[in-house]
Amino acid sequence: MSSTTTKNGRIGDILLEVKGLKKYFPIQRGLLRRTVGYVKAVDDVSLYVRSGETLGLVGESGCGKTTASRCIIRLYEPTAGQVFFKTRALSPDGTPKMVNLLELSREEMNRVRQEIAMIFQDPINSLNPRMTVADIIAEPMVIHGKYVKGESEERIIELLRRVGLRPDHLRRYPHEFSGGQRQRIGIARALALNPSLVLCDEPVSALDVSIQAQTLNLLQDLQEEFKLSYIFVAHDLSVVQHISDRVAVMYVGKVVEMAGAEELYNNPMHPYTEALLSAVPKPDPLYKSDRIIMQGDVADPSNPPSGCYFHPRCQYAVDLCKQKAPEFREVKPDHWVACHRAEELKLRGI
Amino acid sequence: MTTTATQVEHTQTQTDARPLLLEVQDLKVEFTIRGGVVKAVDGLTFDIKRGQTMGIIGESGCGKSVTARAILRMIPKPGKITGGRILYYRRPRHPKPGEEDKVEVIDVTKLDPDGEVIRQIRGGEIAMIFQEPMSSLTPVYTAGTHINEAVTLHRLLPIKKLGDQMVERIMEYRRVTKEEARAIAIEMLRRVGIPKPEQRVDSYPHQLSGGQRQRVMIAIALSTEPAMLIADEPTTALDVSIEAQILDLMRDLQRTTNMAIMFITHNLGVIASMADEIVVMYMGKQVERAKVVDLFYNPKHPYTKALLQSVPRLGPKTGQRLASIEGMVPDPLNLPTGCVFHPRCPAFVAGKCDKIVPKWTQVGENHWVRCLLYEE
Ligand SMILES: Nc1ncnc2c1ncn2[C@@H]1O[C@H](COP(=O)(O)OP(=O)(O)OP(=O)(O)O)[C@@H](O)[C@H]1O
Ligand SMILES: Nc1ncnc2c1ncn2[C@@H]1O[C@H](COP(=O)(O)OP(=O)(O)OP(=O)(O)O)[C@@H](O)[C@H]1O
Ligand code: SF4
Ligand code: SF4
Ligand SMILES: [Mg+2]
Ligand SMILES: [Mg+2]
Repeated sequence: MSSTTTKNGRIGDILLEVKGLKKYFPIQRGLLRRTVGYVKAVDDVSLYVRSGETLGLVGESGCGKTTASRCIIRLYEPTAGQVFFKTRALSPDGTPKMVNLLELSREEMNRVRQEIAMIFQDPINSLNPRMTVADIIAEPMVIHGKYVKGESEERIIELLRRVGLRPDHLRRYPHEFSGGQRQRIGIARALALNPSLVLCDEPVSALDVSIQAQTLNLLQDLQEEFKLSYIFVAHDLSVVQHISDRVAVMYVGKVVEMAGAEELYNNPMHPYTEALLSAVPKPDPLYKSDRIIMQGDVADPSNPPSGCYFHPRCQYAVDLCKQKAPEFREVKPDHWVACHRAEELKLRGI
Repeated sequence: MTTTATQVEHTQTQTDARPLLLEVQDLKVEFTIRGGVVKAVDGLTFDIKRGQTMGIIGESGCGKSVTARAILRMIPKPGKITGGRILYYRRPRHPKPGEEDKVEVIDVTKLDPDGEVIRQIRGGEIAMIFQEPMSSLTPVYTAGTHINEAVTLHRLLPIKKLGDQMVERIMEYRRVTKEEARAIAIEMLRRVGIPKPEQRVDSYPHQLSGGQRQRVMIAIALSTEPAMLIADEPTTALDVSIEAQILDLMRDLQRTTNMAIMFITHNLGVIASMADEIVVMYMGKQVERAKVVDLFYNPKHPYTKALLQSVPRLGPKTGQRLASIEGMVPDPLNLPTGCVFHPRCPAFVAGKCDKIVPKWTQVGENHWVRCLLYEE
C-alpha cells in the first residue's frame, strides 16, 4: 500500500474556507474605559481546509493563531470576514451544504458546533475542576442530547483507552492528573461527538514524546477512519511537518505563506518562514545551531509597521517593503506567499 | 515562631568552580487518594551545582513537576514528602564584607512550608516557572504587578561606597523603589520578547496570548536574579524563534550570575542544547543519568532508547507512523513487580525482569542506569 494513494484518496473537497478574517480587540483606558486603539490580533487571514486534510498553522507566539481558531467557531465574534463551512447539521436529511458561519443564528450555530470540536492550548483551564473525567467527556454528548446510557459509557471508556488513559481514571478529577494526562482528557472530550473538523490548538505541546507519538498516531488513525479534518496549531515544526498535508505560516495577524508541507519545508519563500525553520532545535547535543537571528523588536499588533509587517526584522527588506504591503498571492501552484521578493530570493529550507 | 530546620553552618574551604547548590537524597512524595497511595516520587537522588543545568525528562506523570514543587515545598494536597532530604546550600544573597563564602545547609523538607525561611527562598533564591502559566498568574493583577511584587519582595540594590583602597565596595543594600521595580518589569518583558513592553506591562493575563503569559512567568522568575531556576516546560507555548531567544537569555543569566537551572521538558531538541547532564525518570524513579552527549549518543536504558526513537525529526517526509512505546503507563496503585518498566520493555527478560527490582548501577563515568541488563 503506497502512502500517497491513501493520502490522495483520503482528501476530498473543501470543508472550510476562511476569507479575510479579522478580529480587533479594543484597547481601553481610563475610568470611562475609552477605546484608545485596537489590538489587531487577526488581521486578514485567508485559508482553506479540504475534508480529510490536516492544515498545520504555525507562527510567532501572539500572532493570532488561537484568536483565529476561536473566531472560526465563533467563540469570538470576528470583526470582519467570512467563514464557509460544509455542514450536515442544518438540513433535515443531513445533506451537506456550504454556509457562512458568521451569518448563522445562535441556535443554528449551536447545532453546527457538534461538527467542529476544539482541543485547547491550556489543559488545566479548559477542564472543569469539579467534574470527574467521565462527566467531562460525557458533557458534549449531554449538551447535544446524544447521551445514551450504557452505549455512551462504553464509548467514553473506549475514547479514554484510545488516548492512553485507563478506565479507573474515570472517577477522578482533573487536578489529580499530570499536565500531559489532562491534555489527553481534552482530546477524548473533543472526539466524543464525532466531529468532522477538529481545531487542535497545541494539542501535543504538553505531552512527552512517547505519548505525543501515540497521540499523533491516534489523530492520524481517527482521521483515516472518520475522514476528519484538522487545523493543527503547534510550535514544534517537526511535529507539524509530520502531521500536516499543508502548512500555513502566520506573522502578526496575517497568513504570510501557505503551501504543501514538503514544499514549504524544502523551499520556503517567505523570509519569516526561513528564519523559523533555521531556529528549530535538534535532538542532538553536538549540533551547532546556525539560526537566523531576527533583528529588531517583535512587532506590536496594536501598532504594526508600515508596508510589509516583517520589514523591520527582515534581512532582505528593500525600500518598497516599507511602503507597500505585499499581496498574498499564489506564486506556484498551491504555494501562496506574501512577499515582494518571493520569486528572486533563494531561501534556505531544511 | 520555631523552625525545625537543621541548619548546619559551615564555610567551604576549597574554591571549587562548581560548588553544590542542591542535593536531593532519596526523596519520596506520596499522594493518598481514595484508592490508595500514589508514590509520585519514589527514592529520587540527584544534585545540582552552581552554574549547572540539569535536565529532567520522562514520561508524562512520572513525577517531574512534583519533584520541582517539593523543592519549594509547594506540593498540592493531598501530597506529602514521606522520606528523604533536600539539602539547599544557601549563600547570603547580599553578603556583608567577609561573608561571601559563608554556606548554610538547609534541609528544605524540614522547613515549615508556610514559614519565613521557605518564603525567602521561594521566588527570591530559587525561582520557578510553572508548567501552566495561566494557573499561576493571578487574573486580577497585571503583568507588571506580578513582576513588581517579586522584585520589591526579593531584590535588593547594592549601595556602593568607595572603600579603603579606593575600590568600590558593596556595604549595604536597599529595597528597590516602586519606579525602579516598574522599570525592571518593563526591561524584563522586553528581554523575553514581549512587544511594546511599556504598554503590555499593564495587560491582564487574559489579554495575553498563551506564549505571552508564559513569557511573563519567565520574566517574573528571572527578575529576582535567583541562585537557581526551576523551569518546568518553560517554552512549550513559544514559537521556535522566541524559544531560542529565551534559551539564550537563560544561558546569559547563567553566565553572568552563575545561576543553576533545573530544566524539565519533553522537548528533546531543547534539552539537547541546554543541559549539561540529564536525569531520565520513569514512574517516580530515576532510570538513567548521564552527561548530555552520552545520553543522546549512548543511551543505556531501554526506556531512554525508546524515548529517543519516538521524536519526530525534520527531514524528508516518510509518511510513516512514529515509533511509540507499547502499552500504557501502569496504574500507580498497582505497580508491576520487578522492574516497573517490564510490561512495556522491548528488552524484557521473562523470569528475571518481572521478579527482580533493578539497582542503580554505574556503567561509565558519570553514567548510571537502573536496568538488570547492566547488573553483573
Ligand atoms: N481578549 C483579548 N483582549 C486583548 N488582546 C487580546 C485578547 N486575546 C488575545 N489578545 C492579543 O491578540 C494577539 C493574538 O493572540 P492569540 O492568543 O491569538 O495568539 P497565538 O498566536 O495563539 O499565540 P500563542 O502561540 O502564544 O498561543 C496577542 O497580541 C494577544 O495579546
Ligand atoms: N494533586 C494531586 N492529587 C493526586 N495525584 C497527583 C496530584 N498531583 C500529581 N499527582 C500524581 O503524581 C504523579 C506525578 O505527577 P507530575 O505532575 O509530577 O507529573 P509530570 O512528570 O510533571 O508529568 P507531565 O510531564 O505530564 O507534566 C502523577 O501520577 C499524578 O497523577
Ligand atoms: S516583502 Fe520585503 S520585508 Fe517583507 S518579507 Fe518580503 S523581502 Fe522581507
Ligand atoms: S530491567 Fe528488564 S524490563 Fe526493566 S528496563 Fe531493563 S530489560 Fe527492561
Ligand atoms: Mg495560542
Ligand atoms: Mg509536569
